[in-house]
Amino acid sequence: MEPLDVELEDGELELPTDPMLLNMGPSHPAMHGTVRIVVELSGETINKADVQIGYLHRGFEKMCERGTWTQIFPYVDRLNYASPMLNNVGFALAVEKMLGVTVPERCQHYRVILGELARICDHFVCSGAMAMELGAFTPFLYFCKARDMIWDIFEEETGARLTHSFGRVGGMAHLPTPAFKEMVRTTLPAVIDILEDGENLVLENRIFLDRLENVGIISKEDAVALGWTGVVLRSTGANYDARKHHPYLTYDRYDFEVPVGQKGDNYDRFMCRQHEIRQSVRIIEQALDMMADEGPVNVDDPRIILPPKEEVYNSIEGTIQHFKIVMEGIKVPAGECYSYTESGNGELGFYMVSDGSGTPWRVRIRPPSFASTAGLEQMITGAMIPDIVPTFGSINMIGGECDH
Amino acid sequence: MSKVVLKRLEKRFGDALLSTHDQFGDETAVVTPEVWHEVALFLRDDPRCQMDHFIDLTAVDYLGRRTPRFEVVLHARSMQKLHRIRVKSPADIGPNGENPKIDSVVDVWKGANWFERECWDMFGIEFKGHPDLRRLLMYEEFEGHPLRKDYDAHKQQPLVEYREGYEKLAPFGLPEGMPFGRQVHDRWKVAVAGRTTEGETNILGFEED
Repeated sequence: MEPLDVELEDGELELPTDPMLLNMGPSHPAMHGTVRIVVELSGETINKADVQIGYLHRGFEKMCERGTWTQIFPYVDRLNYASPMLNNVGFALAVEKMLGVTVPERCQHYRVILGELARICDHFVCSGAMAMELGAFTPFLYFCKARDMIWDIFEEETGARLTHSFGRVGGMAHLPTPAFKEMVRTTLPAVIDILEDGENLVLENRIFLDRLENVGIISKEDAVALGWTGVVLRSTGANYDARKHHPYLTYDRYDFEVPVGQKGDNYDRFMCRQHEIRQSVRIIEQALDMMADEGPVNVDDPRIILPPKEEVYNSIEGTIQHFKIVMEGIKVPAGECYSYTESGNGELGFYMVSDGSGTPWRVRIRPPSFASTAGLEQMITGAMIPDIVPTFGSINMIGGECDH
Repeated sequence: MSKVVLKRLEKRFGDALLSTHDQFGDETAVVTPEVWHEVALFLRDDPRCQMDHFIDLTAVDYLGRRTPRFEVVLHARSMQKLHRIRVKSPADIGPNGENPKIDSVVDVWKGANWFERECWDMFGIEFKGHPDLRRLLMYEEFEGHPLRKDYDAHKQQPLVEYREGYEKLAPFGLPEGMPFGRQVHDRWKVAVAGRTTEGETNILGFEED
């Protein structure tokens, strides 16, 4: 290239000073395919940002008003597709709260174990994807390997690797398989090994740390006012975990800690997730010890639970009962209820209104990542373009639940 | 959830508090739309309430069941005291079919921003004082508000012009609808503007009657 040796008059080579509008997404590799961020740039600094969601809107709430309560389970699977089991359990608990039933203790431990396994998967996906977007592809593959080992357990238990639809109102679809406990016990140490391997790859890497530390900081007060929950909230130092502060299932009986960050930057969010995986493993180990090998999993209530197939095919009472539950749906008492659980991203709430029939009048999901994505604008304003990638990655926006 | 908060609200707002209940253990207060913003501020700032954690804001359409037709529902929580509350307020369509209106609480909890935008998008409830009330999940050209009960689940929206003028998207075909759900068996004949369905059977193979 020739050197630029032209005599320039003042102002002739002035750089453009108008702010530049840039579209990131909706199909940008770092936008997880479902979100669009319109940024106004001055140089590489973001002056203004507008986060636009809705590309994965599937009318979940409208669909729920059209079938029976039980028919919602496949939909909630597809809300947070990184941890479908937590959604299943969350929705089942919500309907059970309205029905006033409590599942047997064996089922509670079973739900906890499956739910925590799903939480581990969720955190693996988030941390792995975030590392991958920063150029560290190997940890992503490692974490996927660990996730796959957990998915093998799910496949054995539920028959499906991703969308299990395994929860039921008043129990689970099947009993635990005989090898369940052994499978989980042998998988967990391997998962922890992989977790440590993956962490060792990135946590001493200058590039990785530079892009996480002190980037995307949010204060505790802001996070609380924005309605953040879950890991993203705890990374700011606010200690709130629904499992600890409003225990459901048998969470009050396990000994576990809630990892809390200090600064609320990307690094804190990453590390909170990593430590939460370890805590989940602790919970699972205790739950495995407490869970009985024998005993019922479903509640003993013919209005809620389908009769065994032998009865359906061999007796008229069984046939009628089966028909009534499948065709008319479970009759949920009229009223309204808000039930919440700790999902992979935070508080997953279901606000439901029933008119007493077998069809819900309104099912409102309160998706945790909807609130966190709303805070993204504040976090990236004033930052640089490359900071969007780790910041967006660390809030773990899941299109399915965020866009309903 | 907590009874303390309900008592405080009762003491402070008196007649503006329409009713309370604690069905399924969720303490609920129904207030008039006039004090909606004031209640939110009170909940956040009162030392006995300290509802600093915004949880959820949504609406329910009780078409044909109740008047006023809409109910705006807010959930909040306290980080320090660990209690929760649900506050509801009725909102009704205006005499000439105007959208229901209620005060915005974005200045109380900034997290309410997107939740109110979603609520406007889905139910057409206008939040007075909201800084940026645009559609959130739907696109700008979308007509109607999909979660209203009188919005047919089969309804199709007109094809949006490609914003730069030439057609890029394939036109809609026959209504695909959602071939499930037991409430919809009689609704298969969805008229599609500009297309005739005469002599054609729908995708389930039912004869047109």
